[in-house]
Amino acid sequence: MSTTTVNELNSLATADAVVTPLVEVQGLSKTFDVSAPWLNRVIERKPRQFVHAVDDVSFRIARGQTLALVGESGCGKSTVARLLVGLYAPTAGRVLFDGQPTGFDRPGPVQRTLRRRMQMIFQDPYASLNPRWKVLDIVAEPLREHGLVAQPEAVRQRVGELLQSVGLAAADGEKFPHQFSGGQRQRISIARALATQPEFLVCDEPTSALDVSVQAQVLNIMKDLQRSRGLTYLFISHNLAVVRHVADVVGVMYLGRLVEVSPKRTLFATPRHPYTRMLLDAIPDMRMSGRSRTPVQGEVPNPLNPPSGCAFHPRCPHANARCKSERPALKRFQGIEVACHAVEEGRI
Amino acid sequence: MAAPLLEVRHLRVEFPTRRGTLLALDDVSFDIAPGEVLGVVGESGAGKSLTGAAIIGLLEPPGRIAGGEILLEGRRIDNLPHEAMRAIRGRQIGAIFQDPLTSLNPLYTIGRQLVETIRTHLPVGEEEARARAIRLLQETGIPAAEQRIDQYPHQFSGGMRQRVVIALALAAEPKLIVADEPTTALDVSIQAQIISLLKRLCKDHGAAVMLVTHDMGVIAETCDRVAVLYAGRVAEIGPVHEVIHHPAHPYTVGLMGAIPAMDDDRERLLQIDGAMPRLNAIPPGCAFNPRCTQAFDRCRSDRPDLMDAGPTRAACWQVLQKVAVASGAGR
Repeated sequence: MSTTTVNELNSLATADAVVTPLVEVQGLSKTFDVSAPWLNRVIERKPRQFVHAVDDVSFRIARGQTLALVGESGCGKSTVARLLVGLYAPTAGRVLFDGQPTGFDRPGPVQRTLRRRMQMIFQDPYASLNPRWKVLDIVAEPLREHGLVAQPEAVRQRVGELLQSVGLAAADGEKFPHQFSGGQRQRISIARALATQPEFLVCDEPTSALDVSVQAQVLNIMKDLQRSRGLTYLFISHNLAVVRHVADVVGVMYLGRLVEVSPKRTLFATPRHPYTRMLLDAIPDMRMSGRSRTPVQGEVPNPLNPPSGCAFHPRCPHANARCKSERPALKRFQGIEVACHAVEEGRI
Repeated sequence: MAAPLLEVRHLRVEFPTRRGTLLALDDVSFDIAPGEVLGVVGESGAGKSLTGAAIIGLLEPPGRIAGGEILLEGRRIDNLPHEAMRAIRGRQIGAIFQDPLTSLNPLYTIGRQLVETIRTHLPVGEEEARARAIRLLQETGIPAAEQRIDQYPHQFSGGMRQRVVIALALAAEPKLIVADEPTTALDVSIQAQIISLLKRLCKDHGAAVMLVTHDMGVIAETCDRVAVLYAGRVAEIGPVHEVIHHPAHPYTVGLMGAIPAMDDDRERLLQIDGAMPRLNAIPPGCAFNPRCTQAFDRCRSDRPDLMDAGPTRAACWQVLQKVAVASGAGR
């Protein structure tokens, strides 16, 4: 059943490219309960409160491609990453991997195999490596956990290869994480993520804790690995210049919703959604081309109490009555997807 | 050119530790003209925040100024007693820090903090100080300033808090503002607002700014000149346009090439292999020599001083060679 739906969706998707998505996300939502404790609710007569961290998000990632999700803090991009690898269970919607629902909320042998095929790289290389473990054990953990390599000698050799593939030395396996710099630690996380030979890597702000010269090293390694191993990436970042460097397709998120998904070149050349335009305008211009910038007004609203209709309408220069009342759906226009009444009506 | 507002001469900052003394800033010299915006960039640990802290006299012990001098309008301020420095801080030099939540006192309303700052430094009464505080908040773009002045820092969002901090820094009309990563904790859309606000207000008030940041984009948009720090030393200093487009120091060249930009389509970024040395392992000669692709013998033994390299000044022996070759060819 599920395969037929996927095929149908694929045939729709093939309008602009003949590709089978490796990852497909359908109507994914995640709601967090942030209510006060029960006693406080009873005494202070407070209602239950929910945050819609991710609200009906759908996208596909073709094999060997990079989809980047961008947005400001609190827009739900990291929650999407965690939903994809099963660190959170979705409130609604589902994730298909290679045409198969992941179903991480009901673990079984299928899920075990799936887990091996997708891995995650975290933002903070200081928090994501166990300081008491040797690098050898850190990188070998997925190998042991999945029973891929058993003999200690074979493990050692495999870890050595992995470390070399990210530009470290095999002998570094005997060291502890504190003996490495931030960039080297992030390479260790990449080596660990590659241990199970995954096809799909979820990278949650992998370079935002790093200095620019080190960021360049890590981005180059990630690109080289993608080319040599045919990896598929979901790349989460708030830095549009980095996104422009690594991504094939870019999804822009605002308050838990996708507002625009489009191929990189199209997005940066002709952004359609007013929020995307605003984000692009906000980037400081390093080459000093004299591009005029209009700093946007206002700030991201409180996600506990998002605006009605289009969540962006209080900051949008093109908002009208319809934007305030009716929530725009993500619709396809000329090869891109955008959720905006003004674009749909041809007002901008 | 007018006399510099701030002169930093051969500044050395060291941290005595059990395993020997670490030299965090080594012979750093630069100056800032009145009304000028000087950017200070570098990677983490390069000593950019320390330079700011040394100028405002807020070095964390055991760090201490071990040599050199800092002059504000020709007067030495690095050896002033604590009380005298307090009078200068806020009045002559304002400070803006990275995290607006930690630079505001959560227990007092922002109005009380503003009025206190104004009355400490300026001979005005309570009423006038409050009026001035409201005016400052309005200038920094805080809506409904008359009401919000009586609110507490937690009632403001991150961007609004940073506006309050800017208002605080400008409260006593200082001549110099030291802004240490003022936008790093903020989202991109707010960053742009704060940077243009800072730039506009400092221009209106005639304040010079020393802007410490690791974001070259912010530097490019805001600064007149920029100093690039590496391992506690100035690697290159010059007009911002020249440093970005025609850097002379190999480190600056690498740094510029490592930044993904909006208008380039390179498949790979330029990368500088290795990492900045730790303070206890700074190599002899030029601190950058182990990572430099053009290093030669002299770089490994002698430390280069800042020398003229066309429009900028760079601390690199390569520059001297190029100048020698150029003048030789000219003859």
